[in-house]
Amino acid sequence: MTPPRLADSLLRFFCASHKLEEVQGDLQEEFAWQVERIGERRARWRYWWDVLGFLKPRFVCRPKPIYSIPTTTMFRNYLKIAFRTLVKNKGYSFINIGGLAVGMTVSMLIGLWIYDELSVNKSFQHYDRIAQVMRNRTVNGEVGTRPGMPIPMEQSLKTTYGSNFKHVVIGWWTSLHTITLSDQVFSKSGKFMTPEAPEMLSLTMRQGSRAGLTEPASILLSESLAKALFGNVNPLHKTLTIDNSMTVNVTGVYEDMPAGSSFADVQFIAPWDLYTASTDWINEAKDDWTNTSFEIFVELAPSVSVADASASVRNLLVGKTNVDPAQKPEVLLYPMSRWHLYSDWKNGLNEGGRIQFVWLFGIIGLFVLLLACINFMNLSTARSVNRAKEVGIRKAIGSRRQELVVQFFGESLLVVALAYGVAIVLIFLVMPLFNQVADKQMTVPFLNPLFWAIGLGFALLTGLIAGSYPALYLSSFRPIAVLKGAIQVGKGIATPRRVLVVFQFAVSITLIMGTLIVYRQIQFAKNRPIGYSRDGLISLPLNVPHYEQNRETVRNELIRSGAVLDVGESASPLTEVRSTNGGFNWAGKDPTLQINFGTVGISHEFGKTVGWTFRQGRDFSRKLASDSLGIVLNESAVAFIGMKDILGKTITWNGNGFNVSFHVIGVIQDMVMDSPYEPAKPSVFFIGPKPGKFLTMRLNPARSPQAALATIGEVLKEHLPDAPFNYTFVDDEYDQKFRSEERIGTLASIFAALAIFISCLGIFGLASFMAEQRTKEIGVRKVLGASVLNLWSLLSKDFVALVLIALGIAAPIAYYMLNKWLQAYTYHTTIAWWVFALTGVGTLVITLLTVSFQSIKAALVNPVKSLRSE
Amino acid sequence: MKRSYLGEFEEIVLLTVAVMEGQAYGVALTHEIIEQTGRSVRLNQIHAALQRLEDKGMVKSEMGEPTAERGGRRKRLFTVTAYGRRTLQEIQDVRVNLWTRMPDPFNPAISL
Repeated sequence: MTPPRLADSLLRFFCASHKLEEVQGDLQEEFAWQVERIGERRARWRYWWDVLGFLKPRFVCRPKPIYSIPTTTMFRNYLKIAFRTLVKNKGYSFINIGGLAVGMTVSMLIGLWIYDELSVNKSFQHYDRIAQVMRNRTVNGEVGTRPGMPIPMEQSLKTTYGSNFKHVVIGWWTSLHTITLSDQVFSKSGKFMTPEAPEMLSLTMRQGSRAGLTEPASILLSESLAKALFGNVNPLHKTLTIDNSMTVNVTGVYEDMPAGSSFADVQFIAPWDLYTASTDWINEAKDDWTNTSFEIFVELAPSVSVADASASVRNLLVGKTNVDPAQKPEVLLYPMSRWHLYSDWKNGLNEGGRIQFVWLFGIIGLFVLLLACINFMNLSTARSVNRAKEVGIRKAIGSRRQELVVQFFGESLLVVALAYGVAIVLIFLVMPLFNQVADKQMTVPFLNPLFWAIGLGFALLTGLIAGSYPALYLSSFRPIAVLKGAIQVGKGIATPRRVLVVFQFAVSITLIMGTLIVYRQIQFAKNRPIGYSRDGLISLPLNVPHYEQNRETVRNELIRSGAVLDVGESASPLTEVRSTNGGFNWAGKDPTLQINFGTVGISHEFGKTVGWTFRQGRDFSRKLASDSLGIVLNESAVAFIGMKDILGKTITWNGNGFNVSFHVIGVIQDMVMDSPYEPAKPSVFFIGPKPGKFLTMRLNPARSPQAALATIGEVLKEHLPDAPFNYTFVDDEYDQKFRSEERIGTLASIFAALAIFISCLGIFGLASFMAEQRTKEIGVRKVLGASVLNLWSLLSKDFVALVLIALGIAAPIAYYMLNKWLQAYTYHTTIAWWVFALTGVGTLVITLLTVSFQSIKAALVNPVKSLRSE
Repeated sequence: MKRSYLGEFEEIVLLTVAVMEGQAYGVALTHEIIEQTGRSVRLNQIHAALQRLEDKGMVKSEMGEPTAERGGRRKRLFTVTAYGRRTLQEIQDVRVNLWTRMPDPFNPAISL
């Protein structure tokens, strides 16, 4: 007759071990007695009831230890032992602390980078309620999302949908403008916006007030611009001229908007009304729903959510004059919180963008830290043999397991603390370099308690993870067995150690492959045929109203000076297509086909200057008067139109102030003007009425660029004294398009290099340990006639096998992920087999070099020495 | 009054331990107390009281012999320490003292 088993095991689980026997005995005796008295069934119930009575703290708690752990004396002993171990094994200590410090530095830097990325734009007081108005339209089945808005929309948003918004601000894109202060000319970027803008952006005013834009002839300057223009003189009420046509008074100075934010380069804000009044074509667009050349920002009313406001304005463009219903126009709000990290649009939906890099770097950071932790664990497991005797002796003379656990955790925490200290110093040292590579202005937030809290938490976690093995495994040894030598310490742990090494190398190899492919992709896009020659091309934005009268003189003088070969003019810079238009028609056009061609107004010499490559036909010529109505198409446009013999055909253009019939005089090879990763936009080049917004010049290769630039500067100064000579090399502008990818690539390659470095540190330590372990074996083998080469291969082949396995695991994973990444680009490179081969061979070579140092050292030892001991 | 505090229940347990003279352990004590006082006492209460008494130093214990009815487990046998005896004695003295000083002791309702 036994009491209920379940109740019994419950009791066994809860009851303190030193109480269990008497309690269980009493319960059973009572049970036997109760069975006699009231029968088995009720006795069982009663047993349960009694057991429940014992589930109280008094019976559950273990007895208090006789002495507290650790006593200060023991603690001092642990510390001493820990330091002695560190100093005794300088190599291991260096690998442990160095590896961990590098891992921590990388992950902390990445952490700071991510923090910085996530906090972009958050400094604006109302950042969670500011949004940009965007618009979807469906062209030939594809939904495109653009920020360009027509002017009348501002009023419509205010009157019809006003309850949703606190502010509606229309403006012109941040762009370079000429600012003239008496005889000094500057070229600065700024915005023209309606007077509510400073309130919406919650500008911090240094002088003047946020209401400073209400007067049409006013301007707000950023602090740095005010400093640049006026030095220490009070800038308020001073007069400036913008673009040589708008005279304004300084009505306020605001604190620079934060670097890295979406408005970082807004160095001044001038009134929108001033811009419209002084710019004819904008003035003409005031009631035009089809001229979508402007940007609109809104600040939502406090109680309205972005989704609700977005839904309510969705159909704003439907039924508006001249808005094509076939394009299914949709208006939507793009909240500021997503501007920076989610800038990609796909089929009318906002998705992805920089956030990918945030994830990518976050994962890399975690992995690098993990690799460092793995080193730590591997080395401590490998070296556990050396500590086993210590454990045995400590136990034999009375240490209890808890104390050993405390000791070993303490040791790993000590190592981690040292590494953390080194990492803090390292971060401080590499921060400027990192900022340069990442194009950031981060500082180490030494004063931020959160930084310390997270850092210390991290370190603590690392210490606990890394120290868990020695603490839990080593402390479990039975002293007699260890001291007798019956336990083969570290034997069972060899397999997990191999797994971890394979994991380390798989991560490193994946990172290296990824970096190679990223670089290949950038190079691929860079080397793509761009359709013109960039050598010695410079681009100069012009904002002078009287340029038109001087254009011939300027061109002739520039060529005559010998500084340039030719000068061309265009409405968009060569590396951008700034205007796109529909309204094209030709004979036999499919009426449902929707067209959106890039349109670039140019001068006759533009093509010659940039070096077009003609597929068919010819360039514009001043000699033929009819060429003023000629057009040159790019290959993409011809392919889009789908006509075979397009030369001489008529194409009409009705829209945007044009209503003309053009004839095609030439077809050129596609030029890469927008994203080098995207296919070229179908584009139309025509002789513009006023193309002189950008001058493109080809420097005379016979002169040194410096001399040529100086000459150009003089000529311009003479004929266009109020135009700043603010040139850029087209080469640079083009490279700018790769900057972001290159930056990511560089960072990723640095991290990949560090990852492989940390992994190699790990196997270096392991290899030296194994060589040490097998000293006797090596000695015996040598005595029996093994050559150095034999011994070298004996010691190296294990590691080579591990790296090969890692390669086998990493390659398909890397292939899958990189292939997916590449597919996102229309123009993308392939994943060549040699990338895998190169990475594999490279990793093997590095591994062998790392391991060989130790194995050759071991193989060269005189066997007399290694066999003599004991 | 320098002696440590003894609860009423603890006092009963302690007295019973003293009465049972070296044969006191959990179940036996429970049964004895139920019999003598008519209270419904649970095993865990006795164990808790014994532990408290041991912490206070009024009883000491040692493991006894295993018996079959306990599934081969030993019982913990309690004996009263000298300090426990003295405490019981003091309690008794205080009570006797108070009783004797009572001017009009409760007389039996019916005198024979």
